[in-house]
Amino acid sequence: MSKSFLEVDGLSKVYPDGQGGDLTVFEDVRFALEKGEFVCIIGHSGCGKSTILNVLAGLDEASSGNVVMNGKEVKGPGLERGVVFQNYSLLPWKTSLNNIVFAVKARWPKWSKDKVREHSERYLKMVGLDHALNRKPSQLSGGMRQRVSIARAFATQPELLLLDEPFGALDALTRGVIQDELVKIWEETRQTVFMITHDVDEAILLSDRIFLMSNGPNARIAESVKVNLPHPRSRATIFQNPAHHKIRDYLVDFLVNRSGSAQPEEDGSPIVIDPSAGDAAPKPVPAKPDTKTETAARAVNA
Amino acid sequence: MASLNVRAALLSVSFLILMLGLWELSTQPPAAQEAITEYELLMGVAGQESRVPPPSAVMKVAWTELSNPFYDAGANDKGIGIQLAYSVYRVLTGYLAAMAIALPLGFLIGMSPLMYKALNPYIQVLRPISPLAWMPLALFIIQDSDASAIFVIFICSIWPMLLNTAFGVANVRQDWVNVARTHELNPFKTAITVILPAAAPTILTGMRISIGIAWLVIVAAEMLVGGTGIGYYVWNEWNNLDLASVIFSILMIGVVGMLLDLALGKAQKLVEYKE
Repeated sequence: MSKSFLEVDGLSKVYPDGQGGDLTVFEDVRFALEKGEFVCIIGHSGCGKSTILNVLAGLDEASSGNVVMNGKEVKGPGLERGVVFQNYSLLPWKTSLNNIVFAVKARWPKWSKDKVREHSERYLKMVGLDHALNRKPSQLSGGMRQRVSIARAFATQPELLLLDEPFGALDALTRGVIQDELVKIWEETRQTVFMITHDVDEAILLSDRIFLMSNGPNARIAESVKVNLPHPRSRATIFQNPAHHKIRDYLVDFLVNRSGSAQPEEDGSPIVIDPSAGDAAPKPVPAKPDTKTETAARAVNA
Repeated sequence: MASLNVRAALLSVSFLILMLGLWELSTQPPAAQEAITEYELLMGVAGQESRVPPPSAVMKVAWTELSNPFYDAGANDKGIGIQLAYSVYRVLTGYLAAMAIALPLGFLIGMSPLMYKALNPYIQVLRPISPLAWMPLALFIIQDSDASAIFVIFICSIWPMLLNTAFGVANVRQDWVNVARTHELNPFKTAITVILPAAAPTILTGMRISIGIAWLVIVAAEMLVGGTGIGYYVWNEWNNLDLASVIFSILMIGVVGMLLDLALGKAQKLVEYKE
């Protein structure tokens, strides 16, 4: 297998279940990201999406498995991975500009004051907030705060950008506007992005691939759905493409009917699906029950 | 209708006039009903002097004292300004020393659950001790009354600052700490640029409580150690049976305490933030 930009191998997370036993939230999660890809991950609550993202960010530790980025194992948080949190996580005592200056200074400690400021202002402008440089987060609406947070993450130009349901707390109208902005910024910067969402349309609009997670506990990344839609995309026209419907139907069907039973390939990597090319849902794999009986049989023999 | 502030001010002033009026009336000298006996003459007609002085007498003292607050006519006769300055100097010295210890230690306790658990029993035992109870020990060890008073201020103002700093630091939102972590800030930079501003309002609350307690305690401490200071002044005027001066100095203690609190309140405003 050729080396990808980011490789996640055999990741699992086990918590004590509070009754003396263990609860495996997700297990044997493996996937790879290529440079410049935008990948969304969808799954029902409790499948451990956020934990996976936090492990990638270095804020949480997996129980087993490893994450390798650019050939180096990921251990602890780092500036080469930027994070946008759902609750914005802006520092409330700093103005929106200074929140970005804070990040830019941390990224390039040797830059002059003017250079830091100019760079920070450019990214605030990119999210349309150049009029609100000197306002504190408490004086901004939820949408504006998330824009600042996005600008902060892009301004540090990380190699991998992690977005944890960035629009989850926003109303539908604001969400749409910021989604369009994110599309625009991404077209300009071509960052590698890994994003959690609950919104099927959002995932289709933004991503090149969508990872589908089966339900927890013991959740897996079961399928990797290709989004074969041309860039640049826009919210207003994307649904006119017939492929859009196929992808959307496929995703909804997975989330409603199949997320409880779906399984990845036998080697643990997600099954690759391209709904626009007419791929249908994989038949329930009969191999799985067999393996189980096999293990059980082996256990008995031992 | 006038604004709320104007109405409140009017009401305040009328309360003041009412109170002063009642006080003045209730302390009028009784009309001489009978001739003064020879014995009373001998005693210098003490009856009139042992009354609580009326506000007019207090105001007279206030006028003379405040028109020349910094005169110095020997050990037992210094202006009110000098006495207050001594007290403020002692309070600030002890307070700043307490700050120098409480803030770093509070940071340590707040950031390290181990240090918190290890030090908490001592704090809980030492904290409820009346600061004046330390006075004999301080006098014996330090052998200097002025420094002992400062030590008492130090020991009484350290606890609220220490506990509030530890509490504020321990309760900084994990999100903000995560922001520091994802930006690879080292522990020192994290403490200065994220935790300190985040905990500052809580720390300042502790500092404000401390300055209030310190000002309460200095009066009692100076009554004990004597020599100079507003506490000594009050006690000295009581020994002189000059009650007008006692009442005047009580008022001055209130005014200075209020100014100290206002200063800390202003500082608190500066570091406050809205989420």
